[in-house]
Amino acid sequence: MDEQKHHIVDYLTNIKVWVALAVLTILTVWVSEFNLATLTVAVALSIATIKAILVLSYFMHLKFDSKILIIMVLVTLVIFLSMIIFTFFDYLYRK
Amino acid sequence: MSTNSQQPEVHHPVIHRDDTAKKLGMWLFLFTELILFGGLFLVYSIYRYLNPEDFSNGSHHLDVGIGALNTMILITSSLTVALSITAIQKNKPKLAIGLIVFTIFCALLFMVNKYFEWGHKIHYDLYPGTELFKALKPGEGLFYVLYYFMTGLHMLHVVVGAILLGIMANYIRKGMITHDNYVLLENGGLYWHLVDLIWIYLFPLLYLIH
Repeated sequence: MDEQKHHIVDYLTNIKVWVALAVLTILTVWVSEFNLATLTVAVALSIATIKAILVLSYFMHLKFDSKILIIMVLVTLVIFLSMIIFTFFDYLYRK
Repeated sequence: MSTNSQQPEVHHPVIHRDDTAKKLGMWLFLFTELILFGGLFLVYSIYRYLNPEDFSNGSHHLDVGIGALNTMILITSSLTVALSITAIQKNKPKLAIGLIVFTIFCALLFMVNKYFEWGHKIHYDLYPGTELFKALKPGEGLFYVLYYFMTGLHMLHVVVGAILLGIMANYIRKGMITHDNYVLLENGGLYWHLVDLIWIYLFPLLYLIH
């Protein structure tokens, strides 16, 4: 535990993550100019999710913290996704 | 540990500190925030599914440029908070304070942009209650209501986050956050990154998906 607590993400790693986030932001704006029809939502949300994973792992330090935090985040995401998926089941199959 | 004979065992009065538990508590709070915004994302997705045309028309009227600029501002501010934590860990309190001040500056820039963005729409009477708004199609009205509510709630978080970071900078100045006790700054940072995370999803959902 002690070693995990003292892990330092150095300046350069943080800056690299920022560069990746900036590139992905430009990419998502650029891609939105094209008409991807049904794929639009999927592409936009996939890029957003890659960005979110970068922020969670490096800026929010999940990659280096106690594993219990990662498990808790995953459980919350599963709850959140079930909330969305089950509500959509209702609306998709409503007559 | 006992190999080091230079250091005799001195019994300092030990103040119990549990940094992992403090972080865990912060994360639990962040989960409630996620579900709060998650509920709004759900409402947005369902209504978008039910009114695809109107939502598409609505999002065409948002300014992608301002949205993208605000995204850049937020990810930059997230970077500077992360860097300030690295700085405090390396025992550079002045640098850490400077980076936090820059983050708060980014928060202000974000708000100024939002002011112009909202101000522009309000100038054209595009807000709930006006004659123009009543004449909109129901789906478009819904889009704008959700737009104002979600970005407004997010703005509130930007304000709170900036205040929290200001308090953290003051704690560093007073020596209450140091290179071996910085969990408060980490938790303040976590809150700020959450604000960034929410915007990462708000931006494509509201501005980009036509």
